[in-house]
Amino acid sequence: MNPRRKKRLVMTSSILVGVALATGLVLYALSQNIDLFYTPTEIVEGKGSEQIKPEVGQRLRIGGLVVPGSVRREGSGLTVAFSLIDVGPAEVTVEYEGILPDLFREGQGIVAQGILVAPDRIQATEVLARHDEEYMPPALAEALKGIQHVPPSQQQDNDNENTGGGYDR
Amino acid sequence: MWRWLHPYAKPEATFSLSQKLLPWFAIPAVVLTLIGLVWGLAFAPPDYQQGESYRIIFVHVPAAMWAMAFYVGMAIMGLIALVWQIRSAELALLAIAPVGAVLTFISLFTGALWGQPMWGTWWVWDARLTAQLILLFLYLGVMAIYVAFEDERAGAKAASILAIVGVINIPIIHYSVYWWNTLHQQSTVTRAITRLEAPSIAPEMLWPLLLNIFAMLLLSATLVLMRLNNEILRREIHRPWALAYLGISLPSNEASAENSAQQDSKAAGGKHAI
Repeated sequence: MNPRRKKRLVMTSSILVGVALATGLVLYALSQNIDLFYTPTEIVEGKGSEQIKPEVGQRLRIGGLVVPGSVRREGSGLTVAFSLIDVGPAEVTVEYEGILPDLFREGQGIVAQGILVAPDRIQATEVLARHDEEYMPPALAEALKGIQHVPPSQQQDNDNENTGGGYDR
Repeated sequence: MWRWLHPYAKPEATFSLSQKLLPWFAIPAVVLTLIGLVWGLAFAPPDYQQGESYRIIFVHVPAAMWAMAFYVGMAIMGLIALVWQIRSAELALLAIAPVGAVLTFISLFTGALWGQPMWGTWWVWDARLTAQLILLFLYLGVMAIYVAFEDERAGAKAASILAIVGVINIPIIHYSVYWWNTLHQQSTVTRAITRLEAPSIAPEMLWPLLLNIFAMLLLSATLVLMRLNNEILRREIHRPWALAYLGISLPSNEASAENSAQQDSKAAGGKHAI
């Protein structure tokens, strides 16, 4: 390779490596802030190596799985409370008034945004559903996982016949 | 080793090659896109969790995937343009950028349409979505910088540098769902390559998805080739071969134009040989 091209190649590569290093360091420094949500364990036991707990009154997001059997509807039915769990044993209760997303079920991944009103209670203003990266037809899911998907709109009728939620049934 | 590549440093050779390749991309692109979309949207089974809504995957995933891959291609063109100073590479960079930007936009738009019924929100500032939005801005930045300079070669140089530096964003997009917790789920198909895990999708859904991914590649490549040919023709419009291709004959000073064009190409050729 002739020297001028070599020089340009070295210059370009070193710019790329330099910027990549800088970006890597920035992302490493910010890594905890880039997380979209706290897990229940992080709220109860603290986050990171310093075990920093979020303060009561703080506005935050929490993400975890809805504990089966923990969903309680109160009053008109729009007010709902449920517990979230990740690796356990820590559980955080979420209270929410509003319409839940279609995918909301017991056992489902949920991200809720709201205010921490007690060390393990959140008054949520928004509840979002996560779904995993697995896709399969209903028949296969039933055979493989024993899951029969029931949309929440039809869940009320079935609750009388079957105990438990739609996901773990 | 790279000797066979050298002729394509000349835009004329690149033009005739991409002109020859064009029908081989365009026809399968149209046919496979039609088959893929009908298969995916009408005949693939519904999902156990998401029902019919998941079908947007057949547009969303191919667009997102090629938005990232085309960015890498654009960055490689930028590197070639910068180090070897080959004009065809500069034109290829300019040809890829808008196509990639549209792919990125499609992925963001279909993602929002998918997110609203499933997650319950159009948009959330999680790492995956934000990184993909940055990818759109990078594409737009490359396009804007290219035209911001009066001198096209200077613009190409600046755009190449931005394209190369921006490639850092690509692994961030892919691994964002593994490094941080996000609302976006983890990868279904590409994890076969990056994590050596089997795709987590039933075969009767995977095949139409793969077909759609392939069709989207052909479709985007067709658009890039068409844009590349247009760009080459636009830049070389004064050269005899371009005039001959377009069937234009300059009546008066044809001979002198041809002469100067030959000198131009000699000068250009001399430059490339350095």
